[in-house]
Amino acid sequence: MRKSENSGRTKEIVIALAGNPNAGKTTLFNALTGLRQKVANYPGVTVERKEGHWAVGDHNALLIDLPGLYSIDATSLDEQIARDVVTGGDGSAPPDAVVAVVDSTNLERNLYLVTQLIELNVPVVVALTMIDQFEHQKHEIDTEKFARLLSVPAVAIDAKTGRGIDRLAECVAQAVDAPHAVPEQLRFSDDASQNSRIFSRYNFISEVVQESVKHKDLEAHNFSEKVDRVLTHRLFGLLILVGVLLLVFQTIFSWANVPMDLLEKGFGALGDLTRASLPEGILTDLIVDGVIAGVGGVLVFLPQILLLFLFISILEDSGYMARAAFLLDKLMSRVGLHGKAFLPLMSSFACAIPGIMATRTIENPKDRLATILIAPFMSCSARLPVYTLMIAAFFTGQTVFGFISLGAVLMLAMYSLGIFAAMIVAVILKATLLKTSSPPPFVMELPPYRLPNVRNVLQNMFLRAWLFLKRAGTVILAISIVLWALMYFPKTTPPAIDDAPAKVESAESYQLKHSYAGTLGHAIEPLIRPLGFDWKIGVGLIASFAAREVLVSTLSIVYNAGKDANEESPTLVAAIRDAKGDDGAPIWTPLTALTLMVFFVLAMQCMSTVAIVRRETNSWAWTGFMVLYMTGLAYFAAFVTYQGGKLLGF
Amino acid sequence: MVLSDLQIGSVATVVRVNGESVVSKRLMEMGVVPGVTVRVVKTAPFGDPIQIRVRGYSLAIRRNEAETIEVAE
Repeated sequence: MRKSENSGRTKEIVIALAGNPNAGKTTLFNALTGLRQKVANYPGVTVERKEGHWAVGDHNALLIDLPGLYSIDATSLDEQIARDVVTGGDGSAPPDAVVAVVDSTNLERNLYLVTQLIELNVPVVVALTMIDQFEHQKHEIDTEKFARLLSVPAVAIDAKTGRGIDRLAECVAQAVDAPHAVPEQLRFSDDASQNSRIFSRYNFISEVVQESVKHKDLEAHNFSEKVDRVLTHRLFGLLILVGVLLLVFQTIFSWANVPMDLLEKGFGALGDLTRASLPEGILTDLIVDGVIAGVGGVLVFLPQILLLFLFISILEDSGYMARAAFLLDKLMSRVGLHGKAFLPLMSSFACAIPGIMATRTIENPKDRLATILIAPFMSCSARLPVYTLMIAAFFTGQTVFGFISLGAVLMLAMYSLGIFAAMIVAVILKATLLKTSSPPPFVMELPPYRLPNVRNVLQNMFLRAWLFLKRAGTVILAISIVLWALMYFPKTTPPAIDDAPAKVESAESYQLKHSYAGTLGHAIEPLIRPLGFDWKIGVGLIASFAAREVLVSTLSIVYNAGKDANEESPTLVAAIRDAKGDDGAPIWTPLTALTLMVFFVLAMQCMSTVAIVRRETNSWAWTGFMVLYMTGLAYFAAFVTYQGGKLLGF
Repeated sequence: MVLSDLQIGSVATVVRVNGESVVSKRLMEMGVVPGVTVRVVKTAPFGDPIQIRVRGYSLAIRRNEAETIEVAE
């Protein structure tokens, strides 16, 4: 770091920024540090640690943004981290001062955390945010009296206009070296019970507020309650929620296709260009087919991730997310989940990766883990090509009741099967592995509606996307290379065949058949025989562990239908219909197709999801558990479908 | 009387917060302590959770939690 600036009279000090969620902490952090920020992780956990530099008088201060929290008594992960930072319990020195961000329109509850900070005997400076709204509502605060009663300096801040920012720096610079005392009311004997301490803190807060604040009328300006008359209305509330979710869904499912196609074409072109400019050989094949194709196949999801996080940031910052959880908590609690699990699950219909990343809004670790473990059951967009191919090959032109297309019914059935499996598994998990002695308390603030801050929203969106790229990228690259190698080695060339040219296999098809992947396909054939699958489908299953939609291109190669065939290509559809086993019987029947679809609904075949689950749970054990139970369930359900179907005479 | 017995729109004073320590601690930390005034704002469409107003802000709690809060009108 800029050592030269730290010499002489400047001294590097550490300041922590603490505050309740929705108190305006991020906005203040941005106003204090500008663009000089960096994001790291707290050691061993997946909570991000944001740091920035802030000039405080003669000091160059390192400002640490703590997670938003209501209390510093360690119950949740965020609270433990915050406590460790403030007390120096994480092994580092305690900060030189704490800036406590306090929403002036919600003083009493925000001050609770401040009383705890004061008790810890670190220098505290209170930053009163949202002061413009506070004054707009015609409340008045005597800041000097307030600070004196509270025993710590307090500054009214408006981050938008910059009001109070300089004064805050002055107060912090003074507080760092100044002696301070804990007020009488906040000094407890060691045997004071937890509840009596909380009670005393709030009594102290009430006194401070009563003496220094003139509230016009707390209820008179209750704008949010009026908005809630519509947004959490029994009927309209639910209708609007469905509308909002449809919009999110539509965007990540369909509008994201434009940039996704561009990315896909871009990586295709990059691959071609690389191949053209490098000499032929294994290294070029590795770079083009392994690295570029593998990583490109994952990067295409980036537009979906960016858009989803754009929506989540807006919904969270505006205060609507808490309302959605409020509306749906009852439904979600029937399967033991939190109301906040709804959006991650909904998002997973587009792609499980952003969905799993969105579970961070769920505070209880067990609820969050349960949501992560069932999210991949939602039929994501990568399963669509598989469903489409199977329906195109075996179920077109048929109808149910004479007018509903069988394809549409099957499609709906596959989506429903995923939801049903997710619900059953959630109930089982919450009753066994993720059992809690008592249901975790559902105590959730419904924050006032506020216009989201554009910078905070964009910053959050890019931060999430960057973390996805950084963390998932390395694992994805490794698995891409392994899968590529399995299909590439050992290197063979097809023998020259003189007869009927129509029977000649393409070099690619021949290579795949004789590669390790082909050998593996043959090896797992006995295992997948009971599902009606042959070794060629086996190769497809192995390859589709990278990503489900890879099944289509792999089948095109094994069936010799041309590398660029897509899920609606007539050659591929015909090739699948005509495929014969060694005994001359067709490999594929409508039942096989249905079985394959069922398998794809339930199996864990997406290395990007595996990578992101590993990152979000910070545990290979849970990640492995998810891969095994999902794939086991998929095998079982496919077995029942195929054998049951055969018994019924299909 | 407990908080979940209150009609929508009614105002009451908290007398005691019972229940398991994890729940009562969380509720009290959020400002639901004896002596404070609460107003029941509404219930969610499916009957649970309920929205209350306390210390000038809105809080959603499940009926289970509301049953642990003793109140007097």
